[in-house]
Amino acid sequence: MKVAVVTFPGSNCDYDCYKALQLFPEFTPEFRWHREQDLGGVDAVFLPGGFSYGDYLRPGAIARFSPIMESVSAFARAGGPVIGICNGFQVLCESGLLPGALLRNESLHFRNREVHIRVETNRSPFTLAYEEGAILRVHIAHGDGNFHADRETLAELEGEARIAFRYVTPEGGLGAGSNPNGSAHNIAGIVNAERNVLGMMPHPERSVEALLGPTDGRGVFESLELHLSGSHAPLVHAATEAAPRD
Amino acid sequence: MNRFQVEVRVKPRRGLLDPQGKATHLALESLGYAETKEVRVGKVLDLEIEAVDAGTAQERAEEMCRKLLANPVTEDFLVSVLGEVAG
Repeated sequence: MKVAVVTFPGSNCDYDCYKALQLFPEFTPEFRWHREQDLGGVDAVFLPGGFSYGDYLRPGAIARFSPIMESVSAFARAGGPVIGICNGFQVLCESGLLPGALLRNESLHFRNREVHIRVETNRSPFTLAYEEGAILRVHIAHGDGNFHADRETLAELEGEARIAFRYVTPEGGLGAGSNPNGSAHNIAGIVNAERNVLGMMPHPERSVEALLGPTDGRGVFESLELHLSGSHAPLVHAATEAAPRD
Repeated sequence: MNRFQVEVRVKPRRGLLDPQGKATHLALESLGYAETKEVRVGKVLDLEIEAVDAGTAQERAEEMCRKLLANPVTEDFLVSVLGEVAG
């Protein structure tokens, strides 16, 4: 399974993603430079964290016009699994592949710490190996992670079970101290309507080796492995089954 | 072709939490400027645009805002053509 890791000028988690992917023998990670036009025949795409283009203008605003992003968008719109982590999430929002935007943290502080997040849906190629409701210990490291969207969009995300992860207390609650950046509805990650594109602020790629701490991020990679090996029910089926919308 | 001085002002949307504005407001208050009731922090971009006339420069700058310079989810923009650049 070939997985592209896109490197923008200023990406700094591209090697972390690459190394994390290498822990899973099924994956063959390959870097793609932002100037490349073509993703090539890959099975999934990672947009890593960092500060693409120095976060100038707005985080992700300039990266989304990189030549490679046209190919990433086409891949995503054709149903290919795409995950954006931290700055990658910001790029996905700027490019319109995901709704909403990521504002400056409410505290104005860069937050670099371990947090708890709850898996809200396992109907996505990056969460299907988790149990819904599972509480994960993962790291965040960002200054602009405060998810914002208008009321209708938030209602849509809630109604279609498109919130992938929510920040919670260690006990799994939404109370005081659970939200590290002021995100609407404690949102830490969302998926698109087709559920193949996921954006999240926490770094699952930093929580994959016991030597370095918790390994709760491994599920993201295990999910993708399951999804690509086809040993799991197709997403489209799962998505139409649920979706209680009127 | 003429060259126009164009100012683009980008502001956080009304009603949207603006943590920078809030922090600046608190700082002004602590300096004794109690009369300050609201602070919003945005940015100004000065562009020089070549166009046949001011209207075209305005249109092009607005298009740039919609595409790149402002995020429609979180920001409002205002384009003003200030005048022609001499030379």
